[in-house]
Amino acid sequence: MAGPEIKAPAYREFPTVPALQPDSMVGMNPYVANEKMNEAIGFPGKLVDNWEQVAIAKMGELLTKYRSLKVYLDSCVHCGSCTDKCHYFIGTGDPKNMPVARQDLMRNVYRRYFTPAGKMFPKLVGAQDMTKDVLDDWFRYYNQCSECRRCSVFCPYGIDTAEITMAAKEIMHAVGHGHKYVNEIIGKVHKIGNNLGLPGPALEDTLNGLEEDVKEDTGIDVKYPLDVQGAEVLLVTPSADFFAEPHIESLIGYGKVFHAAGISWTLSSKASEAGNFGMFIGSYDQLKKIAMRVREAALELGVKRIVVGECGHAWRVAYSFWNTLTGIGAGANDPFAIELQKQLDPNYKQPAHICEVTWDLIQAGRLKFDKEANDHRIITFHDSCNVARGSRMGDYAGGQFDIPRNIIKSVANKYHEMGVGTTHEKTFCCGGGGGLLTDELIDLRVKGALPRMEALKQVVDQHGVNFMATICAICKAQFTKVLPYYGFKMGLVGGVHQLVSSAIQLGNEQ
Amino acid sequence: MAIEINGKSVETDEEGYLVNLADWDEDIAGVLAQQENVALTDQHWEVINFLRDYYNEFQIAPAVRVLTKAIGKKLGPEKGNSQYLYELFPYGPAKQACKIAGLPKPTGCV
Repeated sequence: MAGPEIKAPAYREFPTVPALQPDSMVGMNPYVANEKMNEAIGFPGKLVDNWEQVAIAKMGELLTKYRSLKVYLDSCVHCGSCTDKCHYFIGTGDPKNMPVARQDLMRNVYRRYFTPAGKMFPKLVGAQDMTKDVLDDWFRYYNQCSECRRCSVFCPYGIDTAEITMAAKEIMHAVGHGHKYVNEIIGKVHKIGNNLGLPGPALEDTLNGLEEDVKEDTGIDVKYPLDVQGAEVLLVTPSADFFAEPHIESLIGYGKVFHAAGISWTLSSKASEAGNFGMFIGSYDQLKKIAMRVREAALELGVKRIVVGECGHAWRVAYSFWNTLTGIGAGANDPFAIELQKQLDPNYKQPAHICEVTWDLIQAGRLKFDKEANDHRIITFHDSCNVARGSRMGDYAGGQFDIPRNIIKSVANKYHEMGVGTTHEKTFCCGGGGGLLTDELIDLRVKGALPRMEALKQVVDQHGVNFMATICAICKAQFTKVLPYYGFKMGLVGGVHQLVSSAIQLGNEQ
Repeated sequence: MAIEINGKSVETDEEGYLVNLADWDEDIAGVLAQQENVALTDQHWEVINFLRDYYNEFQIAPAVRVLTKAIGKKLGPEKGNSQYLYELFPYGPAKQACKIAGLPKPTGCV
């Protein structure tokens, strides 16, 4: 890419609060979506004439619809707990990347139009009119939040900055000021079926190629089936798993697990995307529309189980929202939900994460491994934010931390944890989540990766770690890109099912 | 943004990808490569031509694995890996090679 050379910030000797660098990221302006992209997904093509009124009206609507948003905007006491918890603040030093400052971008406008003090004495309470400068700051700094929710873990009031960011993005979309990267992708999901824009025939060709490769490697006919009517499992996975490295290695692993366990499964050309960027922009309508493809595919194919592949935010959407969005999940007793529940097998969790499936099979003794096949790897695990802080696995709190680690330890001998305070519920974002995985934000992405890279460097230096496993397509793509800036090889990142794939015995299927 | 070449103006988007894929020709590929600081050799053209053929058939760039496999078959197994492709296209074979080949940018979590 042309432009100034991008450099990684220096590692900090001690993880102290960085010196402030006001406005250091003020030049980080993401591309605005063009008219065609906005209109294709139902938003105004460009900034509408009376956008200030539209924005305030939309904010009013969201404040009524989401009680949490109002509570978050009202309850902050500026205690400062969150300030140094954001990876983007740590990496950039820009004070507007402190979570509290990010919230204040909206809070100040909220005060002006929705609180008596702000209406009467705006200056006294720091209330701010909705102006073009404010909108520009919103577009800049709400697109420097990956909605990872690490700050909310440390907030004594539990304020979720991600929800404020999502509301800000929803307001910006309502006035015709969307982000190109995200809107282009949502358009492709509606038109073609996945974020990548991979049409059915190309998907089929790629899967056929995988079958050949696996046959060549193992001598076994492992199938990667597409649109198979009556299969037991529908696997929904991020389309990056069909396209990118190292993602595709995990896809190979999912297929081997189903093969070894003798479970019939299929992918769907209609639901060829697990990701749901509707969540990133806070749009319930988009969230629902994108999620409905999975319901429709499940009904059409007549599957008994729905399993989600290695994708962080997809699992948050599936685990936390599918139940009410699409009727996938237990409990609801409306006709819409019941239709699908009648079809799905109640003996299994619906939906299930691929890690839950694999771990259940391991516990049941249905999978066998040559752990030595992973002996060239010294492994650590990076918790992805949407799995760690937005969902759960298994049937107890913290299952989402244990299950992927249990799998790794079942398929490999050498494992080391990264430092306390950088994993589990306090995990650092990879620096590319929330719809920021785009080339024009590469400077931000490199800087935002700093705290994770520091934690990684420690285990690399102390234990010789050479493989960081993760279960998110964004994490995989982001690390592949930013690792070299920190002096690591891009191949240091990979999937949990990539490790499974290396060690699994295929000849012993039951 | 636009590229001026051979007396005509060709439109590109903010990131330098061609807006109209039909505008592409070998001279334009040269200009696009120059903007990326890539000096095109026969090895680059092998990749570019494969990308374009695949795109014409499937309306999408090939998966990185499909590309490495095809290159490996054609040029020998020592070149059938993503490291070789990164040597040719340092910003990444998927995006940078697609840009020079006049294909749309692969989007999503890639």
